[in-house]
Amino acid sequence: MSQAELDKLIRSNYEAGFTTTVDAETLPPGLSEDVIRFLSAKKGEPEWMLEWRLDSYHKWLEMSSPDWAHLHHPPIDVNEVSFYSKPKSLDDAPKSLDEVDPELLATYEKLGIPLHEQEMLAGVAVDVVFDSTSVFTTFKEKLWEAGVIFCSISEAIQNHPELIKKYMGSVVPKGDNFYAALNSAVFSDGSFVYIPKGVRCPMELSTYFRINEANTGQFERTLIIADEGSYVSYLEGCTAPQRDENQLHAAVVELVALPGAEIKYSTVQNWYPGDENGKGGIYNFVTKRGVAHDNSKISWTQVETGSAITWKYPSVILRGDNSIGEFYSVALTRHMQQADTGTKMIHLGKNTKSTIISKGISAGRSSNTYRGLVRISPRAENARNFTQCDSLLLGDTCGAHTFPYIESKNPSATIEHEATTSKVSDDQMFLCRQRGIDPEKAVSMIVNGFCKEVFKELPMEFAVEAGKLLEVSLEGAVG
Amino acid sequence: MLEIRDLHATVADKPILKGLNLTVNPGEVHAIMGPNGSGKSTLANVLAGRDNYAITGGEALFEGSSLADLEPEERAQAGLFLAFQYPVEIPGVSNMEFLKAALESVRGAQGKEEWDSVTLLRQARAACKQVNLDASFLKRGVNEGFSGGEKKRNEIMQMLLMEPKLALLDETDSGLDIDALQTVAKGVNSLRSPERGIVLVTHYQRLLDYIVPDFVHVLSNGQIIKSGGKELAHELEEKGYGWLTGEEESA
Ligand SMILES: Nc1ncnc2c1ncn2[C@@H]1O[C@H](COP(=O)(O)OP(=O)(O)OP(=O)(O)O)[C@@H](O)[C@H]1O
Ligand SMILES: [Mg+2]
Repeated sequence: MSQAELDKLIRSNYEAGFTTTVDAETLPPGLSEDVIRFLSAKKGEPEWMLEWRLDSYHKWLEMSSPDWAHLHHPPIDVNEVSFYSKPKSLDDAPKSLDEVDPELLATYEKLGIPLHEQEMLAGVAVDVVFDSTSVFTTFKEKLWEAGVIFCSISEAIQNHPELIKKYMGSVVPKGDNFYAALNSAVFSDGSFVYIPKGVRCPMELSTYFRINEANTGQFERTLIIADEGSYVSYLEGCTAPQRDENQLHAAVVELVALPGAEIKYSTVQNWYPGDENGKGGIYNFVTKRGVAHDNSKISWTQVETGSAITWKYPSVILRGDNSIGEFYSVALTRHMQQADTGTKMIHLGKNTKSTIISKGISAGRSSNTYRGLVRISPRAENARNFTQCDSLLLGDTCGAHTFPYIESKNPSATIEHEATTSKVSDDQMFLCRQRGIDPEKAVSMIVNGFCKEVFKELPMEFAVEAGKLLEVSLEGAVG
Repeated sequence: MLEIRDLHATVADKPILKGLNLTVNPGEVHAIMGPNGSGKSTLANVLAGRDNYAITGGEALFEGSSLADLEPEERAQAGLFLAFQYPVEIPGVSNMEFLKAALESVRGAQGKEEWDSVTLLRQARAACKQVNLDASFLKRGVNEGFSGGEKKRNEIMQMLLMEPKLALLDETDSGLDIDALQTVAKGVNSLRSPERGIVLVTHYQRLLDYIVPDFVHVLSNGQIIKSGGKELAHELEEKGYGWLTGEEESA
């Protein structure tokens, strides 16, 4: 874009003069039926969607926040949370990148996601969620040719109501848990993916989430449906700027793998973790779950380095025979971060198989908990699970905890569980330093090595990013 | 290049080295022998700067500067290399990745030209070949699941690439089969040069048949109690240490 064009754009979009901050329309804090009606109306939603939200709201009113996790935080008061924030310049959705607010683009560039570049580099379609509204979806057309639907949830509600009605809430019901119910009532936006029968999605799909406005909770909702025999790899990246207040984030992700389909869902999450004294940071309460039908496969890979509090258990319901569920996780906590994360593998079908590899790294005064459930139902003949939980401690003021729950109701099941806790040893550090490698680099190398089994599950660019992220997160973690 | 004068050192506050003197000039190969527990590895670790190994008296100068003032990585960057008696495993960190980080740091500090990845790979493969390690070892985790002998050869492979000014080899020969011993000796000999000093810690005369030392020292109870030429090693092989330490027979 030339300077002249840019100037023109600025003038036409901001008649009152260009300011360096994005002008946003933000709802005052608090939650009520009226707020939900406002939200729904603002999005021009059909009546059935509003009913769905209100029903969720009423379920939520009956619920209280879970207290079983190994987490400590003051009670979360939703009356202090604003449930809607939308950058104003997006009132009319952009038709091309050139129409996108340059401020937004600049923000993404700071985050290292230059859309222009990504567009040219090709291969990755990006659906960007800036606070509550999808900014722009690239590559829509190419995907359209393949029959793939990749759009915001709001668009899907308008354009694909039959799919939304059928699948939304089918994996994570409205009243599943406190945070899921809250999300169902007030979800702002998120991504929707549908891969038709037999189609291998021609590119990796990617969404970057970002919380910008102070005090806005973000409640995105993602729904991915892989029809029979299809394949999709989905990348989710999250990042949030530094703020002193704690911000609430309660997302719901639902995956549906129909017979023979495969969904690979990768997350790199580095929401602001708060400072070394525990001030600020994101409260991340997420419900992620997939249903795997016959001969299908769902694979969750996550690298979590951010958030003040993480409460997250990406799970797979292995409903169909011969279905496969995988969970690969790296969770790094430092400062005062608290993570209670893991997975649930629910074996319902015959010959179902699940693999869990969890790597927890704790530094500072943080607390890192793995919580996993493997359940084998009575009719799940020949189910197999392999679980490996490794914890690595950096320093002696942090904590690592492992809570593996196993419920087997079928004697033909094979369940293996391995757990280790280790420290970066003095011998390893000395070997590195004797070879000229400085201690920070040595720690990050050793930690990266510790995570290798998980990183190799990530798509290439993501693996590199994850490695860098660990390196940055570990800066100053060694005394 | 290495000047050790009246060196006293403790390991975890326990005095181990008690007034040790040793001078290594460029081009020389020194062998250090001595009974178990006499302080040989301690000396190597003190020189390399391991945590918990503290110099409590005397001094150790490397190229004129006091080693005590340098961090372990700075000593490595200055050209000091230690081949470990018991090389540790670093799971998940590939040998190649490790070498890349090490060489970037050391070559950078020494003002040598940076190797691009193609050069690095070529050099690393050549070094593997020299010590008879299959190139597939470059992809494996550092020492991860290596046999004892493979670990030792891996140390020498690293040494060949790092081209140190002063190489300390702590019992690199123990655990090696006869063929590997010759391979390793060949590798070490290939590094012998007028600019380089080599210190070999060993229990066996056999290694010294292949790497002929200029000097042999006997370390006992934290001090060098006898020095001589290569014949001294033969004498020790015959008589043990008892005649030097005053004990009847060494174990
Ligand atoms: N961490 C430690 N704490 C206490 N004593 C130690 C420690 N490390 C080494 N030592 C002691 O220091 C002494 C010297 O050990 P060192 O390893 O230097 O001997 P060495 O000459 O290399 O023996 P070897 O021939 O068996 O390798 C030994 O008595 C050993 O037990
Ligand atoms: Mg020793």
